[in-house]
Amino acid sequence: MFTIIDLIQPDNLNEAYQILSDKRNNTILGGCAFLKMGKKRINTGIDLTNLKLNYIQESDDFIEIGAMTSLRELETHPLLKEYYKGVLPQSVRDIIGVQFRNGVTVGASVYSKYGFSDLITALLCLDTEVELFKAGRMPLADFLTMPKAKDILVRLWIKKTLRQATYLSFRSSASDYSVLNVAVSKLDNHWTIAVGARPSKAAIAISASAMLSQEVPTLEKIEEIAQKASEELSFGTNQRGSATYRKALCKTLVKRGIMEVLPCKSN
Amino acid sequence: MQIELTINEKAVKWEVAFDELLADTLRSHGFLSIKTACDTSCCGLCTVWIDGKSRLSCSILSLQAHGKKITTIEGLPKEAEEFAQILSAEGAEQCGFCSPGFIMSVLAMKNELVNPSEEEIIHYLTGNLCRCTGYMGQLRAIKTFLGVV
Repeated sequence: MFTIIDLIQPDNLNEAYQILSDKRNNTILGGCAFLKMGKKRINTGIDLTNLKLNYIQESDDFIEIGAMTSLRELETHPLLKEYYKGVLPQSVRDIIGVQFRNGVTVGASVYSKYGFSDLITALLCLDTEVELFKAGRMPLADFLTMPKAKDILVRLWIKKTLRQATYLSFRSSASDYSVLNVAVSKLDNHWTIAVGARPSKAAIAISASAMLSQEVPTLEKIEEIAQKASEELSFGTNQRGSATYRKALCKTLVKRGIMEVLPCKSN
Repeated sequence: MQIELTINEKAVKWEVAFDELLADTLRSHGFLSIKTACDTSCCGLCTVWIDGKSRLSCSILSLQAHGKKITTIEGLPKEAEEFAQILSAEGAEQCGFCSPGFIMSVLAMKNELVNPSEEEIIHYLTGNLCRCTGYMGQLRAIKTFLGVV
């Protein structure tokens, strides 16, 4: 169990960032579901409840998702069921249970760059940007590779397009962590293949995505591209599966993902 | 630190520690329907409603519940008894340790889903573990309770 010496619910982001910067072990709290499984010693816990960051809304060009939005809200929101072939609801629906997803937040899931994350993989195949209080707005892929620095994830911006996408995961049992997960999307002829739970954090298979964007995908080509994705990404071993097993899963899930998205109209 | 919340329609002021979890606070105030078992936020035994939505009370700080409306099974005696009668008639109960959290999830589902299919019921209730049974009795009871086939 983690410990907290003090807890503050700031009224604005400036104040939240100030407190976060004050001491090394001051920490932003999300839903606390993952934090509670660790033994972290937190000096001041910063709860963002009062910042009204719990929302999903659309503007002309973007869908905006506040950091304190729960995964269950992501799963049930009509806008997200409609866009991108419902890939975001699809990606979170098998994470433990409803009462868990009602508590855990989008901001904590993304900011923590969890390797096991289902959501990050799905977001990565869309045109997603993260907005950090200090570092500003940047593509999710850049955020994932930049070194960890203390900041506050404020919201996500997802470009509104006709992008069609699908999400696939392999789990040893329902509601368990993914052994491997894959998201595939297409906008016109531009494809993106993202693979997560490798078990390290999700990454885009850049070469395979580029190959797919140039080819007229026949079954043979799709198999070749899926093979390419499994070769260009690295995989590791943990108690859920070996690197070799994950590599084999990657090829199969990528192939299935492409086959699912292929017949969808995205222009 | 002091928090104010509504528990089963009653306003209370409680002293809690900064790192106290809601499940522990509720139990210490006599709400013994709240069970905890898994320690990994996956069993559903500690389920309560916060502002009408089912939540794991083991995975939220009591301070984060400040100003909110909490419902435990003690606050829903009529609905809980009606479902419990059906559960026992279907032979779905054995030790009963998971029942309070499970019933809170079933009642939340009844409020949220309209005429759910078997697949939707199973999806909604995944994350409520029972180690005595094979879930078939519960599924029969839920279908009877909701009036769905």
